[in-house]
This record gives sequence, structure tokens and C-alpha cells, in this order.
Amino acid sequence: MKICAMQELLEARVLCCEENLGKHVYSACGCDLMSDVLAYVKDQAVLLTGLVNPQVIRTAVMMDMVCVVFVRSKVPTEEMLELARESGIVIMATDKRLYEACGLLYSSGLVGNKTK
Amino acid sequence: MSESLRFTFDVDGGDFTSAGHASVQVKKNLRQLGLSPEVIRRVSIAMYEGEINMVIHAGGGHAEVLVHEDCVEIILDDKGPGIADIEQAMQEGFSTAPDQIRSLGFGAGMGLPNMKRYTDSMEIFSTVGVGTKIVMKVNY
Ligand SMILES: Nc1ncnc2c1ncn2[C@@H]1O[C@H](COP(=O)(O)OP(=O)(O)OP(=O)(O)O)[C@@H](O)[C@H]1O
Ligand SMILES: [Mg+2]
Repeated sequence: MKICAMQELLEARVLCCEENLGKHVYSACGCDLMSDVLAYVKDQAVLLTGLVNPQVIRTAVMMDMVCVVFVRSKVPTEEMLELARESGIVIMATDKRLYEACGLLYSSGLVGNKTK
Repeated sequence: MSESLRFTFDVDGGDFTSAGHASVQVKKNLRQLGLSPEVIRRVSIAMYEGEINMVIHAGGGHAEVLVHEDCVEIILDDKGPGIADIEQAMQEGFSTAPDQIRSLGFGAGMGLPNMKRYTDSMEIFSTVGVGTKIVMKVNY
């Protein structure tokens, strides 16, 4: 799925790195616990979360993710967007809740664990 | 023998929002050196967990990353409270992090086991009341 297709499904606003909206992603994870993302996530390229702080972006950087979606209308700070820009990570915000946002993407083919 | 490349960082313990800053910088530096993405990812995750631990549990510390011929070595050194029972701290789910840290997305007790999983070797030297030193290696 292209990141721009995710944006449409989630009716999300893109907050930075629009130039990467054409990138393809194959799996995602939804989580508010960065400890778990660092421990269990493998190749998921997208993180959906309701947690908003710079460690969310740094976690995504460490995991080589390409997109972070903030749910429930959470708005990241300019400092967080700057961090994301340095690594080309697309940041989006949606009004949907975590469960619904994940469900929409999952039912459209974006799975949890990439199957080869 | 050529000398190993060295990056050093002071990790500020007073401010959680900056936690992870050194790890992001290391990731950039290793990318520039052209190391494999797999090695870079393992080094960054292990260092990130360790850096966050120093901020949360030890009031900050010092980080050093050495790029050797056969591996990357990460040395984390703090003058925090130390770890009384290392075996217990290494168990998944063991955490003494306060609730406020949990609301920031950490404190699940996954960091140390995760650091062990992502590295080829990990040694912890800790003395209660003196501090903690962790040495990790990721082989190419
Ligand atoms: N540098 C340190 N100084 C003192 N105590 C530490 C240090 N690092 C870890 N600990 C102790 O070991 C415990 C386990 O650490 P670990 O990183 O596995 O979990 P955590 O930091 O509590 O949670 P998480 O890493 O999942 O966010 C900590 O709760 C803390 O009591
Ligand atoms: Mg930890």
C-alpha cells in the first residue's frame, strides 16, 4: 500500500515529508508502548500511536520506519516534526482512534507481520 | 593496526524529552561510515534502550561508541544508584520505573533483555550506590 493510500483511508493530515507519500509500505503496528515497539516489531514500516513525545519519533528512527500516524487528533510539536524530517519519516494525524485506524488499514491489506 | 573510530556523548539526565538524542546521532554517523543497515539497526536499538535507561534510572551518564575492525562496541557508563540484582533486572517485565515514565511509553521492563537480544555480547558491571557500566558488542 502506498502511504498516500493510507492517508486517504484514515482521512489524515500530512504534517511533514509529503515528498515520501509515494513510498510503498507492507506492514504496520499500533502501539502506545515504545518498549514493546523496540522489543517486538520486526519489519513494520508504519507506527500508529496515541502517544506524543520525541521518543516516538526516535523509536521510529531506530526501527527504520517510514511513517508515523498520530491518532485521536494528537498534534506533534515542531521539534518532533524536525526530528522526523531529518530521517524523511512521513508524519500524519488522524481524528480516528487507534483501534479504528488499525482496523481500516488492516482490512485494506496492510498486515501486522510482513509475510514473505 | 588502525585505530578504532570513537564517538562520545554526555547523556543529560535532567530532561526526558532529549533522551535518545545520542543514539540518533550514532545512527547518522554509522550510516555515513557505510555499515550494513542490519548492524546499524542493532547498534542503534541497543544503544537507545541503554541511553533511555541512563536517563530514567541513573540521572544521565556517558556513552561511547567504538567502531572496530570486526565489531561496533557500545560503552554506557553512569553514576546512578546501580543495579542490586542484575539477574532480576535482566528478566522481561521487571521494572522499577515510576508510573509517570510508563505514561511516556517506557517502563515495561523490556530494555535490558532487548539489548541482550540485539547484541552479540553484553556485560553489566554495577555497584549499588556507585553506578553502572554496560559494554555491548555487535559483530559485522
Ligand atoms: N543504568 C541503570 N541504572 C540503575 N538501574 C537500572 C539501569 N538500567 C536498568 N536499571 C534497572 O533495571 C530495570 C530493568 O531495566 P529495563 O531496561 O529492562 O526495563 P525498564 O527500563 O524499567 O523498562 P523499558 O526498558 O521497557 O522501558 C529497571 O527498571 C531499573 O530498575
Ligand atoms: Mg529500559
